[in-house]
Amino acid sequence: MRIVVLGVGNTLLSDEGIGVRAIEQLQQDYDLPPEVVVIDGGTTGMEMLDDLSNADHIVIIDAVRSGRPPASIIRLADEQVPVFFKTKLSPHQIGLSDVLATLAFIGEQPGGVTVIGVEPVSLETSMSLSPQVEARLPELMDLLVTELHELGVAVRSRVPKAA
Amino acid sequence: MSKRITIDPITRIEGHLRIDCEVNNGKVSKAWASGQMWRGVEQILLGHDARDAWAITQRICGVCTTVHAVASVRAVENALQMEVPLNAQYIRNLIITAHAIHDHIVHFYHLSALDWVDVVSALKADPGKTAQLAGGLSSWSGNSKQEFTKVKERLSGFVGTGQLGIFTNGYWGHPAMKLPPEVNLLAVTHYLQALEIQRYASKIVSILGSKSPHIQNMAVGGVSNPIALDSQSVLTVERLMAIKEWIDKLNDFVKNVYLVDVAAIGAFYSDWTVIGAGVMDYLSVPDLPLDTKGTKFALPGGYLKGGDLAGIKPITSFNDKYFRDGVQESVKHSWYKGGKGALHPYEGETIPKYTDFQDDGKYSWVKSPTFYGHPAQVGPLSRVLAMAAQNHAPTLKYLTGVLDTAGSLAKTKIPLSAVHSTIGRHAARAVSCAVQVDELANQWNLLVNNIAKGDTDTFNKPVFPKGEISGVGFHEAPRGVLSHWVVIDDGKITNYQAVVPTTWNAAPRNEGDVPGPYEASLLNTPVADEERPLEVLRTVHSFDPCLACAVHVLDAEGKPVVQVKVL
Repeated sequence: MRIVVLGVGNTLLSDEGIGVRAIEQLQQDYDLPPEVVVIDGGTTGMEMLDDLSNADHIVIIDAVRSGRPPASIIRLADEQVPVFFKTKLSPHQIGLSDVLATLAFIGEQPGGVTVIGVEPVSLETSMSLSPQVEARLPELMDLLVTELHELGVAVRSRVPKAA
Repeated sequence: MSKRITIDPITRIEGHLRIDCEVNNGKVSKAWASGQMWRGVEQILLGHDARDAWAITQRICGVCTTVHAVASVRAVENALQMEVPLNAQYIRNLIITAHAIHDHIVHFYHLSALDWVDVVSALKADPGKTAQLAGGLSSWSGNSKQEFTKVKERLSGFVGTGQLGIFTNGYWGHPAMKLPPEVNLLAVTHYLQALEIQRYASKIVSILGSKSPHIQNMAVGGVSNPIALDSQSVLTVERLMAIKEWIDKLNDFVKNVYLVDVAAIGAFYSDWTVIGAGVMDYLSVPDLPLDTKGTKFALPGGYLKGGDLAGIKPITSFNDKYFRDGVQESVKHSWYKGGKGALHPYEGETIPKYTDFQDDGKYSWVKSPTFYGHPAQVGPLSRVLAMAAQNHAPTLKYLTGVLDTAGSLAKTKIPLSAVHSTIGRHAARAVSCAVQVDELANQWNLLVNNIAKGDTDTFNKPVFPKGEISGVGFHEAPRGVLSHWVVIDDGKITNYQAVVPTTWNAAPRNEGDVPGPYEASLLNTPVADEERPLEVLRTVHSFDPCLACAVHVLDAEGKPVVQVKVL
């Protein structure tokens, strides 16, 4: 089994970088089994083709414009995912959606795709998340870990939970 | 009657490029290139440790991560006037060359070929005739009747379901599409094969850069790859041998497929050899340093005024004064506070001042760089011309080869001057890619031989003096001259300016109101159908603006990206 956790976004534009921040946190705080591949996709495209090909499942973490209140967390799965791409909620899905469409064309598409998105508060030029989005990060991590558990992946926290 | 076409966005990632054209009697009479997003990375860098700048700058752009990392460490090393160990130069050279090959293959096949190739027409092709045609052009093993039949079937399946997937947004059936069905099938087949091949170039970057797409191994003073021939965790013989195998695969594809396809498409579109020249002052810098100081390079660069090869002014070292003193940026037509005239990057300011889109005033977030006061075109065409002017033998060989192949297909002699054009930029990119594949093998040999001599150094520790120093790092990136300019005080960054290739080419009008290369190249471009301005896209895409594919899509609200207004 090969599960890919893909964080995408531009870390120079505050909350745009949430996907990358989340996977940094994942790698820092959790022990992941070898079947989990974590990729910092940044804002790239075709470079990811090889890593994403023939994955059993891809979990994408990204900033998403869904019309919900700022700092909302949203989870999209299966048939909702193409909609996510079609309506272009994310600023850098061009690269990613092209890669997924390409994988479909060459018959190497993933078994499933889940998107965990966060509605951005700020897209200002900055390397830090907005305080509101930063505050939701623990919740986002819980959701991501639950997602991985449900995919049958044993993920263990390295840090004791604060009381 | 005059019409105004607005195309927005041409790209989505590096600066949301917007193109405006005035069309009179079926031809572009005036053009504006506008960057629609402010790139404020320079501000972020202020106050940071100069050793960390490369990791931050590689996030500037979604396509060219490694190039900013390299330009940034070179800028800081230049400020410190420090030497870089040979192994580090070779490893960097391998990374940037593999990245460039990847970039060129993906740009041609996946981001711009579909401006010229009609996917739907490929369905009418006879696979047998396609194989016959292909066999006459090259010995590539992927040119069999079976392969073409397979691709045609897969394509029919996609089109049959109404799901074109990656091919959804093309201008199929446009009157400017001219390839016969067999050539279209050939190109679509190579499009798919290129998807496979580009992975090998990515893998090389990934292994040497420790990670992809954002490399981890760069350092001011060298690279962080430890070299040990007997350890598993570092750059080992095994890994080096794997890289060699991938280089061979890239070589086969670039020489036997990419170069040939460009020549074939050029032959069928020979009318495009006289469209799209624009600014014919070409700037490139030398790259792939072969010594520790950056005074000897595998690939030469320089400045060519008016496309005149005989008048080449070579740029010859990382300390080249002619290059360093020639660059200025104007913000007269850009959304920044100005009034000081064009400024050298060390004095450059990036203080936003947004107005609306003003045709004769400010209309872009892109600054307007000049070389000794004039706009300059950068990119593969610039470097191929500079290398040809300096009698770089492999460049001359591949350049002549492409012109000859295209000429024999078009049954007419194609002169060198044909490269000053939209299609010429594609040809030059393929020539550059062939030269780079040879260099990839060469740099690999240099690295292996140097290690075999017992040299395992990869890093010199930088030491920052008290007080202010400044430096420039340049790199001949896939899209052309990239330069990072840094001012450092006690090891901390006090000014940082990145003059990127797309800035040169997508420049708005400058201090003297002279249009930049995109703008100039669009003049007189024919436009058959204003609602589907494929010809405009062809010329803009030939420069390879980052993520050029994006122009074919709808914007967030589902509105078309092309607007046409009768003036």
